[in-house]
Amino acid sequence: MVGLTGEERDMLEGKQGAAVQKAMELLVRYADALGAERFVETNNVAGVPGSSHAWLKDYYKEDGGDYRAVFSRFDLDSDEVVDVPRMNAYSCHLQGGMDPTLWSEQGMTREAFDNFASDEQETAAHGVQILKTCTPYIAGNVPVMGEHCAWMESSAVVFCNSVIGARTNTEGRESTSAAMLTKRIPDWGFHRPEYRKGQHKIDVQLPIDDVFDWGMLGYFTGEAVQEEIPVLDGPITRASLIRHKHFGAAAASSGGVEMYHMVGITPEAPTLDAAFGTNTPRNTFVYDAKERRRIYEMLNAVGDSSAVDYVMLGCPHYSIEQIAYAAHLIEGRKVSANSALWVFTSRAVKATADANGYTKILRDAGALLMTDTCSAISQAMPKGTRVAAFDSAKQVHYLPAIMGIEGWYGTTEECIDAACTAKWEGKLQ
Amino acid sequence: MSADTMTKPIVLKGRKVVGGVAEGEALVTRETISGWGGVHAMTGTIIESRHELKGQSFADKILVFPGAKGSSGWSAVFHTARLAGAAPRAMVFNQMTTKAALGAVVMRIPTVTGLDRDPLDIIETGDFVRVDGDAGTVEIWKAR
Repeated sequence: MVGLTGEERDMLEGKQGAAVQKAMELLVRYADALGAERFVETNNVAGVPGSSHAWLKDYYKEDGGDYRAVFSRFDLDSDEVVDVPRMNAYSCHLQGGMDPTLWSEQGMTREAFDNFASDEQETAAHGVQILKTCTPYIAGNVPVMGEHCAWMESSAVVFCNSVIGARTNTEGRESTSAAMLTKRIPDWGFHRPEYRKGQHKIDVQLPIDDVFDWGMLGYFTGEAVQEEIPVLDGPITRASLIRHKHFGAAAASSGGVEMYHMVGITPEAPTLDAAFGTNTPRNTFVYDAKERRRIYEMLNAVGDSSAVDYVMLGCPHYSIEQIAYAAHLIEGRKVSANSALWVFTSRAVKATADANGYTKILRDAGALLMTDTCSAISQAMPKGTRVAAFDSAKQVHYLPAIMGIEGWYGTTEECIDAACTAKWEGKLQ
Repeated sequence: MSADTMTKPIVLKGRKVVGGVAEGEALVTRETISGWGGVHAMTGTIIESRHELKGQSFADKILVFPGAKGSSGWSAVFHTARLAGAAPRAMVFNQMTTKAALGAVVMRIPTVTGLDRDPLDIIETGDFVRVDGDAGTVEIWKAR
């Protein structure tokens, strides 16, 4: 069994209350499944504690069918219902099911909204920050290098490890909820320095200098290395938060990349040698013009009709810089009567967009700025959507598969044009 | 058909992920499995586009697969499958990840990994398999 400190043993014996005990029991089962020898302390946990749709509440009807029942029975996988105290770790809630004000536009029922609002009240009452975003790192939760975190959300995990140099595995709902109470997570995988070294080399042979190309390179990388750690070397330029965000989300979708190194760019890769440590690269994958075209065609393989009736921006949630740019592109224009434009972000970023007038510019053009969720998470799209367009490789990977629609991948400019003309004219430059 | 009445099984040795013993018919894939966006939790059916098991359910099977991939919602989707009565009876996989470990824990089904031979080379869909999580063994009776 996993080794425990005195305090961890106390938690397991119930000295910090029944909920902490149940959380520790679950984490011990999890650590043993992994083969972890100990826990690390964490004070930065991102998950979706206790939030549930009606099915789950109904399933636990005999236990009360409320937040307490769902948190005990599902989040902590406990056979009995326990009182859930305020969380002990600094904790935040990731993306959720609907926009808190535009839920009706998203096709949600009043009943579903009431359930959402009641879960949110409970979440806040338990001391969990309502960030409601897949990008906590641009909504108020920025870890520091080396910090042990316990995060869900693959695109946030890869950003946390690769760009910040903080340490997290891809945690799940149950492990993050338990960590919120215990401030512990198994010391396994990305918490350990030797696990963070590169395994494959990606030899980049052409300039990668805008978000569209960073996204395609990310999709290529995930497909090449699957769940393992790539080291990218070559003329990758103009690194920025947005570009890393799109690269990592794409790599975590086509594969399961949880950490990448870019030589001279990311913090644990000052040199090629430092990125690999004692590892020898198992494979070298070449990204050239031919591969770039292949990836572009793969991302656009789910597109056939050019009659775009929905443009979705904000996967992962848009930063304020991206919202400003979208507003700039659409100001003075109108979304076509045959199309729709929804832009997704966090509540924190939207507050800035409101103050800057971007929300109004988008609305005047017939677009909507929404928070909390996205079309893939909420399965909400404008009624009758058949063909959608995206500037996110991750979203074109998921949404057409989930919703059975066609999809196009292109630049932000091409997407805004498509929203205003209801026609896809994207091309690989 | 009871395993006892059949010929001597092939035995693989590995390590426990989750304890307990279960037996049944194998469902085998060489492709990693996505939870959220890849599985319909209510029926245990694989829904991922282009997956070789697309349209097939792992409910009540011994699921043999290389590992977990995709969204961090893996454990919650498999957990929900357990509640819906659509979980596999046991799992055997090669690559340990946090997704697969947590998923196995909350499904509460016997699970084994780290076997001395690649189970994907030995077990085929339809074989009769017994997984002993505590002993870390997988016994296989070939269907043909």
